[in-house]
Order: sequence, then C-alpha cells, then structure tokens
Amino acid sequence: MKKKPFVTGPWPKLQRHWDIRAACNFIGGGTGTGLLLAAAAAAAAGQTFAPALAAGLCFIACGLTMVLLEIGRPWRAFNVFFHPQTSWMTREGVVALPLFGCGGLALLIHWAGGPGQVVAGLTGLAALTACGFLYCQARILRAAKGIPAWREETLTPFLLSSGLTEGFGILAGLAAIGLAPSWAPLAALGLGLLRLAAWQNYGKGLSARGVPAASMAAIQNIGPAFLIVGHGLAALLLATSVPWPGLAALSAIGGLLLAAAGWWAKQTIVMKAAVTRGLSIPRTPVRGSGTSRLVNKPNWETEAA
Amino acid sequence: MTRYVMVADLRRCVGCQTCTAACRHANATPPGVQWRRVLDLEIGEYPEVQRVFVPTGCQHCSDPPCVAACPSTATRQRADGIVTIDYDICIGCLYCALACPYEARSKVDEPVYAYGDDPTASETARFDPRTIGVAQKCTFCVDVIDAGVAAGLTPGKDRAATPACANACISGALTFGDIDDPNSAVSRLLRENKHFRMHEDAGTKPGFYYLWDKEALPL
Repeated sequence: MKKKPFVTGPWPKLQRHWDIRAACNFIGGGTGTGLLLAAAAAAAAGQTFAPALAAGLCFIACGLTMVLLEIGRPWRAFNVFFHPQTSWMTREGVVALPLFGCGGLALLIHWAGGPGQVVAGLTGLAALTACGFLYCQARILRAAKGIPAWREETLTPFLLSSGLTEGFGILAGLAAIGLAPSWAPLAALGLGLLRLAAWQNYGKGLSARGVPAASMAAIQNIGPAFLIVGHGLAALLLATSVPWPGLAALSAIGGLLLAAAGWWAKQTIVMKAAVTRGLSIPRTPVRGSGTSRLVNKPNWETEAA
Repeated sequence: MTRYVMVADLRRCVGCQTCTAACRHANATPPGVQWRRVLDLEIGEYPEVQRVFVPTGCQHCSDPPCVAACPSTATRQRADGIVTIDYDICIGCLYCALACPYEARSKVDEPVYAYGDDPTASETARFDPRTIGVAQKCTFCVDVIDAGVAAGLTPGKDRAATPACANACISGALTFGDIDDPNSAVSRLLRENKHFRMHEDAGTKPGFYYLWDKEALPL
C-alpha cells in the first residue's frame, strides 16, 4: 500500500486574535436577543416583561463592552460604523443603536408608568432589531474566510437557535422567581430541541465541507456533555416543571443548563475550533528531471468535495 | 489598467530568507512580525522526500476578504490591486486577520525591540507609533512603487520602483510587476510556466502566483 505523503510545515493553527472577550460578545448578543424576543411576546400579551427586557439589554451591552476591551484602539471604536456596505461588524454596530434606543426607551416609559401599548410597541421594535443584531453576529463568523469551522453555512442557524435558546433558558430562570411569564419553560424546551437539531446539522456540515482536524476534535470533544447535560438533562428538568409549576427550581436549573450549554458551545467555536486553514500548496515544483507531486492539505480531517 | 502582482518561482527559491530580511529592513517591522515569510515544507516519506520553500505574505487578492470584513474602511484596495491599511483609522479589531486565509496580518500591542527592553538607535529613529494596536501586513512597498512611478520608473523593472523582497532575492525567484502589461516580466513568466495560486478554492483571486513547472513548448 502506497504511503500517503506527509507534509511538515505551517500547519493549521489556533487563531490567537480573538479571545474570551470576543466569545462573550457572541454569548451576550445571543442571550440578550432571546430575552428581548421573550420580553416582546410577554409585553404584547400584557404579561411581566420588564426584567427580561432589562436583562436582555444588559447581556448585549456587556458583550459589546467586552469587544471594546479587546480592540487595539478602543478610543477609535466609533470607526466601526464606517463600512456598512460589506462589513457585518459594521452592520452589527449600526443595528445596535436602534436596539438600545427602543429598548431603553421602553424601559423608561414603563417605569414612568407610561401607556402599555407604546411600551409593547417599543419592546417589539427592540426585539426586531435584536434579531437583526444576532443575524449580523452569525454572519460575522461566516465571513471569516481564514477559519474553516466558521465558514460552514450551517453555523448560522446554530448561532441563531442557540442565541434564542440561551435567552429563553434565562427566561425560565426568571419565571421560577416570578419575574417572567409561566410559559417560559415550555418555550425554552422547544427552542432547545431546535438548537439540538441545528448542532447536529453543524457537525454534519463540518464533516462534509472538510475542516482542520483540530477544529473537528474541539467540536467533537464537547459533544457528549453538550448533548446529555446541556440538552437531555435540561429538557428533563424543564419538562418535569411544566405539569408541576410548584417545581419551579427544576425549571430554573434546566433553563440555566440550556443557556450555559450554548455559552460553552460558542466559547468552543470562537476559541478552540477556530483553527486556520494552514498554508499548504497544491503541488510541489518540478526540479531537474524530477516530477511534481500533488499535496493534500496537511492536518485536515477530510477533504472538501 | 495596472494590476501589480508577485510571481514566486518555487523551482528557484532556496529558502535563504533574504527577502524576509530585506522586508524587515525596508519596513522596520518589529521582532516576530514578518510581512514576507518563506515557508519550509518537507513533503513525502523517505526516501521520496521533497523540500519546498514557499515565499508568502499578503497576496493582495483581487477579491480581498479583509477589505470586505474591515468595519472601519482602514483596509482598502487601490486601483492597481494593492491592498493597504490606513493605520490612522484602523481600530485593531483584527477581524481582517481572521478573514485572511493566508495568515498575512499581525498586530503588535506594544513596542518590541530586537535587543532587550531598550530600542537601538535605528529602532528609535524608525519607530512608527501608528502601527501599535492596529493591523499590519505587506504593502508591496507601496511607497517605493508610488515614488518610482512618479519619477517615471517601471515597478518590477526598475529597482527603485520595486518591492524590497523582489530586489533582494538572490536566486531570481521573486518577480514583481504589472500583469496587465503583456510585456512585463511577470506576464512572460506566467505565459511560459505552469502556475497556481494558494487556496484558490477560497475565491479570493490572489495576486501572488507560484510557478512550478515550465509550460510545454508549442509544436
């Protein structure tokens, strides 16, 4: 059997440009969007919504603050708004403005005892822009051509579903202490199942596209705990609390597990699976009477079709 | 139109790193930052092993993902294909570095010197504070090109209008020039040799070509 040629050289390597601060932005943005969406639904139904709205705005603000701490020139942060034509990072920043404007105004009017319909409308607008914010975040990763694990198109639905799941998971926690509607655990349960499907789809997409082995290993490493604890156990706790509202603590734990699982997955995707393509060449040069040899991408799990 | 590209003949490169040294000298990059790198690849199993030296760096792509990603428009592409960074508006988010499939970008958060904590006289004289905390990469020595063109010189032909790496190459492996000029050295090399570009599947259309064999002569 002919041996497969090996290549020593610049392997695919873990990116070091974005760290936990960047991961926190994706965590905060997703969770915050989920909470804002839940707050909008609750506000429209005339139910308790303010805690979810405030928490959602805080999550998103914290995420953006972490990014501010990561960039090399934080005093120039305003320059992030310069390139809406093509940059998803600019679009994320632009969408954040009406998000905080509507959300903040809704809270102020609510606390001032203003008309409920206006508050519900503003909360709905905040939730709508938050969905755009989350979509921009998902596309930020997709546009990073240097990181194969982020280029996978099935990452977008995973990030969208995970963000909403995390938010509704926190909402289930708030519901347990009476700060959110009682339907929160059921909604979190449904979204968790949706995220599970998106995660499986993401894994299949990575296998089909072909990514560096280290990326695949990072994703596979979290798989069992992510599935069993982050979804199986969380779903069991949430499902148990649905027919017995007296077991609110179970619902809170289940919701927090759902949220934490999403945070863990995002931290893994941004920090551990973010392996570069490497700098391979497709073939060797012909020198003298020698021949050229085709070269596989070194340290890749599979070859892209 | 003009489209500047670099051609690297992989049959000629001997991995001496003179281009790397010349680039660092010309652009005063700090330790650990190489705008022009030479990869040392060992391919195959004994006894059928080939060693290949691959000059690399910013590929000045025709469809540069770094330009699309940049939120501040600090990274731009000129009409002649050269991708530049405006250090004065870059926010240092390094999104461009993650968008680049060629690992061509670096960031230095604080001044680094070659010999300990204190800069040498040369480092003091050439230190550019604008490069701290922002993205940096190969510019194809754009200042040299612009000055040369303004003086009526031809980049790739006249040394005073040519990037330092191509000027310094001891084996004639690196050639710079205008691919839109059919009479340029790069156009001739690409006509007469088989070539590829790195990560062509990424769709970035790099302006950096690698020669690997001579073209079959027409009958």
